[in-house]
Amino acid sequence: MARYDRAITVFSPDGHLFQVEYALEAVRKGNAAVGVRGTDTIVLGVEKKSTVKLQDSRSVRKIVSLDDHIALACAGLKADARVLINRARIECQSHRLTVEDPVTVEYITRYIAGLQQKYTQSGGVRPFGLSTLIVGFDPYTGVPSLYQTDPSGTFSAWKANATGRNSNSMREFLEKNYKETSGQETIKLAIRALLEVVESGGKNIEVAVMTKEGLRQLDEAEIDAIVAEIEAEKAAAEAAKKGPAKET
Amino acid sequence: MECVFGMVGKDFALVVADSSAVNSILVHKSNEDKIMVLDSHKLMGASGEAGDRAQFTEYVQKNVSLYQYRNNIPLTTKAAANFMRGELATALRKNPYMVNIVLAGYDKETGPSLYFIDYIATLHKVDKAAFGYGSYFALSMMDRHYHPNMTVDEAIKLADQCIEEIRSRLVVAPQNFIIKIVDKDGAREHSWRRTTKD
Repeated sequence: MARYDRAITVFSPDGHLFQVEYALEAVRKGNAAVGVRGTDTIVLGVEKKSTVKLQDSRSVRKIVSLDDHIALACAGLKADARVLINRARIECQSHRLTVEDPVTVEYITRYIAGLQQKYTQSGGVRPFGLSTLIVGFDPYTGVPSLYQTDPSGTFSAWKANATGRNSNSMREFLEKNYKETSGQETIKLAIRALLEVVESGGKNIEVAVMTKEGLRQLDEAEIDAIVAEIEAEKAAAEAAKKGPAKET
Repeated sequence: MECVFGMVGKDFALVVADSSAVNSILVHKSNEDKIMVLDSHKLMGASGEAGDRAQFTEYVQKNVSLYQYRNNIPLTTKAAANFMRGELATALRKNPYMVNIVLAGYDKETGPSLYFIDYIATLHKVDKAAFGYGSYFALSMMDRHYHPNMTVDEAIKLADQCIEEIRSRLVVAPQNFIIKIVDKDGAREHSWRRTTKD
């Protein structure tokens, strides 16, 4: 019996769901993604692999809109992501149709997590190999939210979180450096976290900013400018550390 | 006694609808907005069975939104018209929607357009269209005075003439009308023509 629990999602004798754990491994191999919640802004950042020269980068959007006020970034199997995102978009419109109200961030997160869970408890299917970061403003209270889901179907709200490659280092950085920010400061914090694990430069990062007005994708020039600011701040901090030491 | 009509002008399209919600001899309200803004550059004036009207128009609107999120590009007016016709046709032999629609849209590449879609899934691309008993008067008026490339003022004047005919010649004429316009700047409400203040 023990040999059958690796191929389908049933419990192993010691209480593991191996397929779910392997799906989490797939997520750990996916590109780095970070989300930071500010008071009036929520920022999503995703690593972009810049090795593909012939690919039209406009066709690979890693941060997508689910509705006017909800955006999603993910790490893991991109094909699985396409399917989940499609279902989520349909659910957003279906919700609007049946109750004449837009979804809350928590509702759509619960829906996506519910879908992911269903595939851990069905016959002949494998779990979705991705973790998602979902951001948005509550359409009624205007409160910003950041949620994360994973292949097991669990979800929770976060002030800031990272997933994908090197997510532990990014999360450590965020734990050390997180504070309540707004506007540009939130964007800088997200990019700083991403730069911990990604080669610096606007070419390697995709950043989108969600405000009450909607989602805005930053273009390369903007990202480069902010990266330059961050590098300058880092250099100044280094100099300040070395400076007093030289005097003594 | 519902009435919806529309026409195409120089760089815009106009849709006019009555705003009465009637049940047998009772007028529920006379400020019902029957021209739905489908997306930023499309207007859908609908008349017919009230429940079907709401159900069908809302369903179309949400599907148009879904298309935009999926494909990052809005539907053309022609595509939206064909989608609506397809839905009406599919439901026709089982559970027909009793809704007549005048779809007006503005596309950057092709300019303004108007589509006549009736409840048995007829689709025609036209310059002027009308539904209801009022159509007898509106179409006749438009046949006489319409010409291509009208300005907004000329088109509004023609719409007013149609409304005047409907008001004076239809035995149970609707009390109020709403006019909406769509052009390169988007779809929006233009004005009302009221006789009662509901």
